[in-house]
Amino acid sequence: MTLAVVPPQNSEPVFYVVDEHEHPEGASTMLGFWIYLMSDCLIFAMLFATFGVLGGNYAAGPAPKDLFDLPLVAVNTSMLLLSSITYGFAMLAMEKSRVGAMQAWLVITGLFGLAFISIELFEFAHMIHEGATPQRSAFLSSFFTLVGTHGLHVTFGLVWLVTLMVQVARYGLIEANRRRLTCLSMFWHFLDVVWIGVFTFVYLMGMLR
Amino acid sequence: MFDTSLLAKAIFGRLTLDSLPLHEPIVVGTFIVVALGGITLLGAVTYFRLWGYLWREWFTTVDHKRIGIMYMILGIVMLLRGFADAIMMRLQQAIAFGGSEGYLNAHHYDQIFTAHGVIMIFFVAMPLVTGLMNYVVPLQIGARDVSFPFLNNFSFWMTVGGAVLVMISLFVGEFARTGWLAYPPLSNIGYSPDVGVDYYIWGLQVAGVGTTLSGINLICTIVKLRAPGMTMMRMPVFTWTSLCTNVLIVASFPVLTAVLALLSLDRYIGTNFFTNDFGGSPMMYVNLIWIWGHPEVYILVLPAFGIFSEVTSTFSGKRLFGYTSMVYATVVITILSYLVWLHHFFTMGSGASVNSFFGITTMIISIPTGAKMFNWLFTMYRGRIRFELPMMWTVAFMFTFVIGGMTGVLLAVPPADFVLHNSLFLIAHFHNVIIGGVVFGAFAGITYWFPKAFGFRLDPFWGKLSFWFWVVGFYFAFMPLYVLGLMGVTRRLRVFDDPSLQIWFIIAGIGAFLIFLGILSMLVQIAVSILKREALKDVTGDPWNARTLEWATSSPPPAYNFAFTPVVHDNDAWWDMKRRGYRRPLTGFKPIHMPSNTGTGVILAALATAMGFGLIWYIWWLAAVSFIGLLTVAIGHTFNYHRDYHIPADEVVRVEDARTHLLAAGAKS
Repeated sequence: MTLAVVPPQNSEPVFYVVDEHEHPEGASTMLGFWIYLMSDCLIFAMLFATFGVLGGNYAAGPAPKDLFDLPLVAVNTSMLLLSSITYGFAMLAMEKSRVGAMQAWLVITGLFGLAFISIELFEFAHMIHEGATPQRSAFLSSFFTLVGTHGLHVTFGLVWLVTLMVQVARYGLIEANRRRLTCLSMFWHFLDVVWIGVFTFVYLMGMLR
Repeated sequence: MFDTSLLAKAIFGRLTLDSLPLHEPIVVGTFIVVALGGITLLGAVTYFRLWGYLWREWFTTVDHKRIGIMYMILGIVMLLRGFADAIMMRLQQAIAFGGSEGYLNAHHYDQIFTAHGVIMIFFVAMPLVTGLMNYVVPLQIGARDVSFPFLNNFSFWMTVGGAVLVMISLFVGEFARTGWLAYPPLSNIGYSPDVGVDYYIWGLQVAGVGTTLSGINLICTIVKLRAPGMTMMRMPVFTWTSLCTNVLIVASFPVLTAVLALLSLDRYIGTNFFTNDFGGSPMMYVNLIWIWGHPEVYILVLPAFGIFSEVTSTFSGKRLFGYTSMVYATVVITILSYLVWLHHFFTMGSGASVNSFFGITTMIISIPTGAKMFNWLFTMYRGRIRFELPMMWTVAFMFTFVIGGMTGVLLAVPPADFVLHNSLFLIAHFHNVIIGGVVFGAFAGITYWFPKAFGFRLDPFWGKLSFWFWVVGFYFAFMPLYVLGLMGVTRRLRVFDDPSLQIWFIIAGIGAFLIFLGILSMLVQIAVSILKREALKDVTGDPWNARTLEWATSSPPPAYNFAFTPVVHDNDAWWDMKRRGYRRPLTGFKPIHMPSNTGTGVILAALATAMGFGLIWYIWWLAAVSFIGLLTVAIGHTFNYHRDYHIPADEVVRVEDARTHLLAAGAKS
């Protein structure tokens, strides 16, 4: 036993908090959402790993060079990157409590997101039309699953975005709504980062194969 | 002409009357028993008008203590099902000799060994471990609840949803016949075209969502809600192991989610991830599922290590020996558990260097585990040991787990593994560590914390009976399997030719019967304890003279856990408080801020289960409707901003005064 463990006996030790400040609501939300994002990141990691292993197995079917239209994917990438910037502007407006400006930026973000999804669906439809279906080869299975999972996430983000816009319109920029907007912001930027991985790893490096 | 079969297909998918296993007398018999039991239970609940009470106070509760108790009930109920499977297998293997086919046909037997594994891991071990963490961790760190109480309720009901799907498979359709990890290509649509694997997939997916979310929840709770003064290195060891377990959950269950999603894509839309043609690779599945599967065994055993640490130091009357090394050992195991997955398939043929790497990492895990073992031994050394039930389970664990650990190191040697792979030696090894570690740990935890949860102890006589049946039964059931494994008998066999092997299977069957008596004694123990609850009552809140914060409050604790948040000065906070003359506060109570109950978790989980059922049977309308329902209810729930209330100060005063009276009465008698 050292003195550091046992404080001097003459001072009365404090064993409980009398004047308690309440834990502010949602104090753990940011941490929790971060951890959720990391768990989601692991799902993507698995899909990337699967693509890494199976992505070269064309099974005598079409290869990336036959399928990918890089200019189109570049446009698509810019849609998503721009939507991240506009979401950033929305958050800046939120900081200044300018509800109108924030909602406007959110609408623009949503439109960019919608454009991204539409271009992706167009790309998918085009590939399937050419016979490059998910069933054709392990390469295409893992391509459609990785890119499609990202697309599903963006779609989910859009549903969430609309929900939050309704909630802000109805209840204003209260603390709970600010917290939710911050979570969606993290989610949106996370998808952006994942897409940069997809663009590099799947499209650019695919063209080099 | 209108084709009625098309209509039936649209409504019921591939579910027809033929899907009911009416030709299996054993299943029909089981169904009748379960149905009668279920009707009696539901009738009793209705007769005593308990539905409202159950719904308001339990199903919709966000109280971590009640959710913890519900997890334990789920785990124990599913233990009965999983054990029924086990004893059926033991009986089959004991009699299927000399031309006898036994009493189970191959179709049924294959489902039984699959269901046994799936149920024991996902719906027995996981709920027991999660339940204990849920109940104990917030109390140990001096918190009022977990970080996300609603999510906690939702997680529990998702776990129930998964269990329900697996149970439905017993009577509607069939379960997977693939073994508990459903390796392709066997589990792919070509070789398993029926619903079995789909039940497997959706049962695990629904439950997996719950597990991942509860992992996130408990990490946040431990990181954010500790009482003032409780630094990381002052956390009780059980909280430390829970933290590491939940980190493992969050870092591994998404892998399971992803790999099962890929398998379902293969089965549902015909992709080629794990097929043998078009570039697919079945070994990819085996790699991915063990990247989840190996951490999973540490998810189960780490909390058990935590329980043993608490129990050893409490019942030795000493501070835990080597707290710091215990924490570091736990963290090292957490990290290493990620670097060993390939030892499950050394025979894959990845070459000597890869196998050596994974063999060595596997052996290294025995170092921190051995350090823990010595810490427990040194805690007992010169301690004033009380051999109460939790301590007995701990000692049994130490003996049993060391044997299991040593056979594990043996299996980690790749050349030895080439001989023992897929043999009964392996089966004996992992039952040795899971029963000896996780199950004994859960039982030690249940007996240790039961008085905290219910205010009275478990009856020691029936507990000791159960203990001896279990421990002796375990050795009888599994030591013969080591012998058989060394002789080359492989796992999952239904009939045998060599009559000289039969005696070992008969011994193993006797062991299983002894374990059956152990489970029976445990149920009797619970019943007897409830009847004798006045005699076994604990008024002090600290029946074992224990050391950590959960014993500072009453048994059972009030909804708010602590009237005032405790301040921590030492590792064993409650021991420190007792030693330095802590006086319980009697006045100055304030209103307490608490989360309110909600039924959303139950509804969401029910919809998810319905969606799973629709997907299993290709009832697309049901799947679609439930999915839309899920989205609607989830979004609707976010429009509810009023999720908390205050327990008025008067109420707190009333509860605390009642405890003061109880303590005074207890001190007098």
